[in-house]
Amino acid sequence: MDVVYFAWVRERIGLPKERVDTEASSVMELVEELRAREDRYAIAFSDLSALRVALDQELSDFDASLSGVREVAFFPPMTGG
Amino acid sequence: MRILVQEAAFDLGAESNAFAEAQSNMGAVVTFTGIVRNNVEGTLQSMRIEHYPGMTEKALTKIAEEASSRWDLGDVLVIHRYGDLEPGELIMMVATASKHRVHAFEAAEFLMDFLKSRAPFWKKEITSDSAEWVAAKDTDEDALKRW
Repeated sequence: MDVVYFAWVRERIGLPKERVDTEASSVMELVEELRAREDRYAIAFSDLSALRVALDQELSDFDASLSGVREVAFFPPMTGG
Repeated sequence: MRILVQEAAFDLGAESNAFAEAQSNMGAVVTFTGIVRNNVEGTLQSMRIEHYPGMTEKALTKIAEEASSRWDLGDVLVIHRYGDLEPGELIMMVATASKHRVHAFEAAEFLMDFLKSRAPFWKKEITSDSAEWVAAKDTDEDALKRW
């Protein structure tokens, strides 16, 4: 699936987008897989209360299922307006 | 309903006039405009606004539809910019039209409250010696509870 990052999450990981081959069934499992990869992921995902997740461009939760999801996005709380 | 996410500047007067003139049976139009504010030290060079193309338009449309279902609105306009903006530049505007002013005011406030923390935009303050992401405030999230 495609995993996309925005704002300081993108800067910490150093990528705006990547293709991830995963069997993770939930967002949390995907986060654990990413954390285990390298320090930059572990640092970016160190405090999940400072992060939000969107599945196929809809805001979601970390315990949500990834079944049928094509695009997962991680970003900090939004600051529009 | 008109939702625009764009890098280009917009003309507040022209947009407000066109919006008001398009209403044939409305008694009230409320507009709100967000402007890039300089930081406390007055050293802000630019505000960099990042967004999530695709999701942004969907999120704004959903928020505008929700406002239209809660209040008796004739029309809604949302314009939000992204990219590098200088202090004093217009970031965004919302406009609401209704038969009654209370509906237009409340809907505009609702749009602003949700746009601040439910539309995927992120701001970064660039000065001559720093570049810091603007943190979301707890009060932004609290503001949603009144609706």
